Amino acid sequence: MSDASLDAPVLSADGKPLKQSLNQALRKQKIRALILIAPLLVFVMVSFVAPIGSMLMRSVQNTAGVDYIPDLMPNVVASIKDWDPRSGETPPEEVYRGMAIDLAAAFENRSHTQLGRRFNYESPGFSSLFRSAGRPVSRWDLENDGPFKEKFLDLNDDWGNIEYWASIKANSGYYTTSYFLAAFDAERTSEGIRFKDPDQRIYQKLMLRTLGLSLLITFCTLALGYPVAWLLADLPVRTSNLLLILVLLPFWTSLLVRTSAWKILLQDQGVINNFWVWLGFAERLPLINNQTGVIIAMTHILLPFMILPLYSVMKTIPPSYLRAAKSLGASNWTAFWRVYFPQTTAGIGAGALLVFILAVGYFITPELVGGADGTFISNRIYFQFAVSGNWGLAAALGTLMLVVILVLYYIYDKLVGVDNVKLG
Amino acid sequence: MAGSSANDAFVAFERVQKSYDGETLVVKDLNLTMPKGEFLTMLGPSGSGKTTCLMMLAGFETATHGEILLDGKPINNIPPHKRGIGMVFQNYALFPHMTVAENLSFPLEVRKVGKSEREEKVKRALDMVQMGKFGGRRPAQLSGGQQQRIALARALVFEPELVLMDEPLGALDKQLRETLQFEITRLAHDLGITTVYVTHDQTEALTMSDRVAVFDDGRIQQLASPDVLYEQPQNSFVAQFIGENNTMEGVVQEIKGDTCIVKLDGGEVIDAKPVNVTKVGERTRVSIRPERVEFNKDRLQPGAHTLKAEVLEFIYMGDIFRTRLRVAGNEDFVVKTRNAPDQVRLKPGQQIEIGWLPEDCRALDA
Ligand SMILES: Nc1ncnc2c1ncn2[C@@H]1O[C@H](COP(=O)(O)OP(=O)(O)O)[C@@H](O)[C@H]1O
Ligand SMILES: [Mg+2]
Repeated sequence: MSDASLDAPVLSADGKPLKQSLNQALRKQKIRALILIAPLLVFVMVSFVAPIGSMLMRSVQNTAGVDYIPDLMPNVVASIKDWDPRSGETPPEEVYRGMAIDLAAAFENRSHTQLGRRFNYESPGFSSLFRSAGRPVSRWDLENDGPFKEKFLDLNDDWGNIEYWASIKANSGYYTTSYFLAAFDAERTSEGIRFKDPDQRIYQKLMLRTLGLSLLITFCTLALGYPVAWLLADLPVRTSNLLLILVLLPFWTSLLVRTSAWKILLQDQGVINNFWVWLGFAERLPLINNQTGVIIAMTHILLPFMILPLYSVMKTIPPSYLRAAKSLGASNWTAFWRVYFPQTTAGIGAGALLVFILAVGYFITPELVGGADGTFISNRIYFQFAVSGNWGLAAALGTLMLVVILVLYYIYDKLVGVDNVKLG
Repeated sequence: MAGSSANDAFVAFERVQKSYDGETLVVKDLNLTMPKGEFLTMLGPSGSGKTTCLMMLAGFETATHGEILLDGKPINNIPPHKRGIGMVFQNYALFPHMTVAENLSFPLEVRKVGKSEREEKVKRALDMVQMGKFGGRRPAQLSGGQQQRIALARALVFEPELVLMDEPLGALDKQLRETLQFEITRLAHDLGITTVYVTHDQTEALTMSDRVAVFDDGRIQQLASPDVLYEQPQNSFVAQFIGENNTMEGVVQEIKGDTCIVKLDGGEVIDAKPVNVTKVGERTRVSIRPERVEFNKDRLQPGAHTLKAEVLEFIYMGDIFRTRLRVAGNEDFVVKTRNAPDQVRLKPGQQIEIGWLPEDCRALDA
């Protein structure tokens, strides 16, 4: 066959290129498939993808309430551009004048407190500064009462603090990096960006703790789940089905109930500690409101997610492999380690991935049994979101978490190969 | 049995019984001795306990009662990996995560054989089964026949003295099966290995083995060389199970030394050889091979009894002709004749008379 005939497109009977005919033939099928999944697709887009997208956008949007900062403070934003915080001097009169105009307008809309809250995320103190200035500034005659710098300083000395003005300048655009800086435990000063003091780096600590505990929990579920899955896979189907129901039983109880049960079991006057004391030990074990409690409770709750993929993989390994290995002279351990175990790595991969990703996002269990040193990053995200109202930071932390997981997933894919993972 | 006493036997089962559930015996009183270098086949229908016997020998099942000896020593308490028995499984059981060469290298590694010697032996074993070029492949990249060759090489690479094979060719097509049957017997004889081979295919058993043990219902029904098994079945089960066979039922009318006369249920009288009938009046089932039926009166003994038969069907099969007759009310009476130039080709509807030499018609248990 010549090269030319290899390169020429293959034609179907009616002379059209074969690829084209095939596509036409498949198009109808594709459309039908699309129609079938359309309701779910729309549902997911409207109720999941869009809200999460908009949530993630909040991590960079520079807003107070619903309005963008440059829209709320047009005069300040316009005039502060030319001021250099590193000059060591307070901003020029023009900026103070702009602040007077913008604050007065904001006071009219009752949005000056929101502005205060927004900048309070940057440096504590802004909130009271803005709140207390609102009413006096609204009484000033903006045409004739200048210069405003002195009037502001009369209200509060902090209006002469260069760090405050530097904060305002840094966050005068429609978009801001300050939430992400905060999520990385970094801050912006007049000298530039730097990490906070080590003892104040709460998010790094939380992130590492979340990943570390999740990893530990994954190992615990693997260590406990592997023998169980093997046993299930080895038993006759009837027995194993029965036992499998026991594995699945926890799923029929709400997560909250299971966690509360652990609270009762683990507490100082709980069943486990009473038994401990009954055995003759004097000291009660601190099992709750710490990391131990989180590890115990989450290992138990996540165990089925490890057992099920392991089981489904082990089920497909015929017992003759182990027999063959032994007949070839391998001891029980060698047969297991060199022949059986390598064939279960796909299940281990799937189970570990599932458990780890679920654990990293866990919220209720660390909240209820974690105490101060057992909380996860998700608890902090919740706090920022619901208690502090700092949606921007919550969104930045959430985005960061998502990125970390995706990076870990990528690494995992390179190491294990996600194609090798079997979920059932 | 077979002349060898239990003492110098290489493999011996002594009064072995096996039950899985404590209610029924899957193996009932198994006695078997094998000399070194023998190729013995366990043949029997599915569920007759062949695999169980093999697994007890390999150490994966324990005998409920009785003793299994290997080279004179009881092995009941030796774990499988210390028995040094090579095994070939029906589903090949090649480790899917290892290459072919790694699979073969495995038994040598666990025996702590040095690297260069290992490579040498793996290469030799692969060449032995004509798979020298496939060392780098994964089992999944091989065809069924190739996989079974590798499984065979793997069971032989550590030079075991005893090799067990459980229906190793069961999943292969006919032609491949025949090639491999030949190769397995050749290897076993060349290497002087003692082999226990399990199959439910009688042709396989007859063509490959030194001796065949016919299993049924947890017992050995007959243990003999293939020709004896085919020509002198000891009971009706063996006669039915091995090869094609015409049977008729009746009552023993007279026994005279090596021959007896049987009166069939339809009233006809025939000559037979008493095998496990001992007295007159006993019910019996007579068995005659299709190729031993004669319809040329000249070849029969003088005074031999004959039966009337009607030709129902004539099938031309190339090397042989297969003729179906109605004989004594039995419509499935088959006669096989060689396609020779002077051979008669019977036509449906033709009325003939058939007979046989008394020693070809065996009077067995009813
Ligand atoms: N592991 C087992 N547990 C219980 N019964 C078994 C087991 N293995 C085989 N059996 C039973 O023992 C009988 C003999 O089986 P097997 O030795 O596999 O026969 P064969 O190999 O001749 O087909 C069958 O009735 C089978 O159901
Ligand atoms: Mg079997």
